[in-house]
Amino acid sequence: MLIEVAGENALIVYFGETANPQVSARVQQAVDLLSQTMGDALVDLVPSYASLLVIYNPLVTDHFAVKRQIRALQYAEESDQPQTGNLIELPVYYGTDAGPDLQSLADNAGLTTNEVIQIHSEMEYRVYAIGFAPGFAYLGEVDERIAAARLSTPRLKVPRGAVAIADRQTAVYPAVSPGGWNLIGLCPIRMFDPAAEPTMPVQVGDRVKFAPISKQEFLSLGGEL
Amino acid sequence: MSLAETGFKVLQPGLLTLIQDAGRFGYHRIGLTNGGPLDMASFRWANQLCGNPEGTTALEVSIGGLVMEAQLDTYFAVTGANLPLKVNGVELEGWQTHAIKAGDRIELGFTQAGARAYLAVAGGFSIPVSFASSATVTREGIGGLTGDKLQQGDFLPCAPHATKAMYRLAAAYRPSFSQQETLRLVLGYQHASFDNVQKRLFFSSEYRLTDRADRMGFRLEGQAVRSSLTGILSEGICHGAVQIPADGQPIVLLNDRQTIGGYPKIGSVISLDTAKLSQLLPGSCIHFEEVSIEQSHNLICLAAHRFANTPLERIA
Repeated sequence: MLIEVAGENALIVYFGETANPQVSARVQQAVDLLSQTMGDALVDLVPSYASLLVIYNPLVTDHFAVKRQIRALQYAEESDQPQTGNLIELPVYYGTDAGPDLQSLADNAGLTTNEVIQIHSEMEYRVYAIGFAPGFAYLGEVDERIAAARLSTPRLKVPRGAVAIADRQTAVYPAVSPGGWNLIGLCPIRMFDPAAEPTMPVQVGDRVKFAPISKQEFLSLGGEL
Repeated sequence: MSLAETGFKVLQPGLLTLIQDAGRFGYHRIGLTNGGPLDMASFRWANQLCGNPEGTTALEVSIGGLVMEAQLDTYFAVTGANLPLKVNGVELEGWQTHAIKAGDRIELGFTQAGARAYLAVAGGFSIPVSFASSATVTREGIGGLTGDKLQQGDFLPCAPHATKAMYRLAAAYRPSFSQQETLRLVLGYQHASFDNVQKRLFFSSEYRLTDRADRMGFRLEGQAVRSSLTGILSEGICHGAVQIPADGQPIVLLNDRQTIGGYPKIGSVISLDTAKLSQLLPGSCIHFEEVSIEQSHNLICLAAHRFANTPLERIA
């Protein structure tokens, strides 16, 4: 564990140098423990792949005290860690009409579109981080066979619910936004709804599995093409 | 007129007027950014002049152009950027409380120095909170009336106040706005990936503020500095973080920044100075100066002490 100053009111804790489920579980444990122990000294936490940004109130505490608190965290046993988080199943309508990059991704990978769908949906992904936009969950890691570089020119408008791949990450766009990821399908579940409780179906540390559905099922679940 | 119907009618929204409270905290985990006033000091003074608690909902007026009609009797104050303030065509001073009657017309002209003004009313605007804050973040469509900047015809509800003490902040305590600032920065994050030569270039060079400056981040232009890293695993970004993309031009990330990102960062500008940065107009000159984390804490505590102990002059 490496703790560095990030700014006047923030420390960043690195739990590893690469993303993997063990490191991610440590990040998540630290989120839980610091939320319970820091009280009004804590302003916000930003968990990501292998790091945790701890934002504190410098009128209440200082960086020495926060560092001490972080170092004193008591983690659970290693063996328990990768099991943390809920398993959430997200339905996806995969198709060239729902995912404009499905065909080219398959062609570049030397696979059929059905093989891409099968490979993408048989894997269980971990929610490593949420950011970029409210509810945008970074899921990893996709099978190397279907990993794909970002588009050279990002789209100005990616539809809400677009299921996408970039490198070995996959995600569901929570809202219409610009984006350079490869689009392979659409998910009818809202990934961020400010009026809902909870506002997001997933949180960092959860596991996600995609379930292929037909166009008919997609439409009956409220999806729009 | 019932309580719920009193407030201000927006006749002209100005270039960019946003409903803001102190900001949204505790929601980075679901990807929500902070929002909140870019110049926290001016925002706090506006509320203080109206006798409001810290963080009461007010307006951040960028560049100017706001015209509102009061539909109640109350008190208001304008702080921050120097812009002409008129009520019913009569010019009034900033940095002091003014009484206003139903039917009065408040006009904020365009800035003559500084970039952002703050308008507070007694008791604050009654805006429903989303995620524990009224702060508007247009990129996320969250906060304010509809998640957007003020529009012509918007109605800003607030409660009337018939009697209230009135105050003025003496000129000596008001910030001055210039065309150049030195921003104090705490080295942090990936600073070790900038070698000594790159750091010296960064701290000794003059940067200009480009017109690509919004509430998410201010892009600067000048001497390029290089990190030895080509990319990093995406990680949390704190307020004031200075990220250096491959072109070597610094971007200072502010209140509406994305919560996580993957560019190398040399450190973070302290909040007292991001407030100054946010008052600069494109073309302004910027220098960076290194401060230690201990110095920055000292500066924050001294500023808090000074704010708490600066007397307002009672004028009525």
